[in-house]
Amino acid sequence: MEHGSYQDQSKATFSLTDEDHTLANSLRFTLNQDSRVTFCGYSIPHPSDARVNIRVQTTGDAAREVLKDSCQDLMLMCQHVRSTFDQAVLDFKNQKNLEAVNIK
Amino acid sequence: MTSSESNTEVDSSWSGSEYEKERTPKIPVWDLPDVPKGNLPSHLQLQRTRVVCNKEAPTHTENIQYSGAYAAMGVDNSLRLDDFRKNLRVEVVRLTEDDIEFDLIGIDASLANAFRRILIAELPTIAIEKVLIANNTSVIQDEVLAHRLGLIPLQVDPRLFEYISENDIPNEKNTIVFKLHARCEKGGPRSTVKSDELKWLPNGSEFLLATENSASNTASKQKTYTSFISSQDSLPEFSNNPIAPKYPDIIIAKLGPGQEIELEAHAVKGMGKTHAKWSPVATAWYRMLPEVVLLQEVKGVKAEELVNKCPVKVFDIEDIGKGGKRANVARPRSCTLCRECIRGDGWEKFVALRRVKDHFIFTVESTGALPPEVLFTEAVKILEDKCERVITELS
Repeated sequence: MEHGSYQDQSKATFSLTDEDHTLANSLRFTLNQDSRVTFCGYSIPHPSDARVNIRVQTTGDAAREVLKDSCQDLMLMCQHVRSTFDQAVLDFKNQKNLEAVNIK
Repeated sequence: MTSSESNTEVDSSWSGSEYEKERTPKIPVWDLPDVPKGNLPSHLQLQRTRVVCNKEAPTHTENIQYSGAYAAMGVDNSLRLDDFRKNLRVEVVRLTEDDIEFDLIGIDASLANAFRRILIAELPTIAIEKVLIANNTSVIQDEVLAHRLGLIPLQVDPRLFEYISENDIPNEKNTIVFKLHARCEKGGPRSTVKSDELKWLPNGSEFLLATENSASNTASKQKTYTSFISSQDSLPEFSNNPIAPKYPDIIIAKLGPGQEIELEAHAVKGMGKTHAKWSPVATAWYRMLPEVVLLQEVKGVKAEELVNKCPVKVFDIEDIGKGGKRANVARPRSCTLCRECIRGDGWEKFVALRRVKDHFIFTVESTGALPPEVLFTEAVKILEDKCERVITELS
């Protein structure tokens, strides 16, 4: 849920349930990389509740849109990591097979 | 800041506002003259990309992520998606059936930590949860026995099964049933119950539920603790390889003469967050690549001293003509940052110990349910799913 003002859409705090440092720190990283963001941070109000508050302040764009864009960026980064990793594992296995054949 | 969008934008309000919007030609936003593209001076670049490990404590450990951090100097610190795609490299160093060691280069610490946390706590696995004990006359208490059974790693792909919640009926899609019946003969020697005595029951539970009316018709099918509609044997994945614990020689209990254990164990899907038995990795960890730099030339006797100081043999001697010796850094990757080489007086002028902030050496040890490379791929998928959940919540 978003806590912000209707007049000024550029500053808001987003409260996500069932989340912890895993997603919040990665989101904070991608938010920081976006040049529209002037301030971003996250806090965990209590370690026993699985709840994260993410604060976003931008240079004018709606904070919700900027957060959505950052999530998209994070997804694209993950997809790229996955494909690069799969390719590297495949290359490694092929190389091992080649070496085994050569030794024989 | 999707770069694909920026190519079609013309002087968007947030970046080119100081420009008059006359008939300017369409230039991609990122190539506008006022976007800083300079380079940092080398000492700042060192602070930004390296952790310096001094004798007392490391410095420059924080990641400077803010995109405008160096705006006053005219340098853009943001990470554009294209740059990330170009710079990311993955190199696999070792891959066996149970563990993998690989390098992730060009990624930030927050992402690497997210993958590590997901590998340990949020990848689903299957482990024994409910144990129905019919007879236990051994010296191991019921609850201790059940706890030990829960920790046994099972070799089954958790992606083929569904989660079960409190009110669900256990059926063949969410439960796996094992049976253990061990007896030690009276008058014989003591025996050991190992994990290969856990037998898989593809047809479900064999223990009958206690019915209210004892005069019930015996012709009707008796209800057991699980309701399997079809046998799990019929699934193609399990028809020729039965589900069993990964290691057949794990000691579960020891029986003296005349003692017996008869029980049924139900295994379900869960996550490491709830209980560590559902963690698919023995452990998963990463370290940053160490960088050992010789600030000045180390020659002669000092070189010998340096090579002998290091317990993991990071340094090597090379001969430089006329019998002279010089030390050089041969194996920086095996450095454990024990700081022996900078311990004595004055050694800090010669050796600089650093860590590269965006080069991570990951090691993942799997307990056997899934091969380690599949585990990492699944962990990345789970982070993507989390992002997607946030996006749908926000829309």
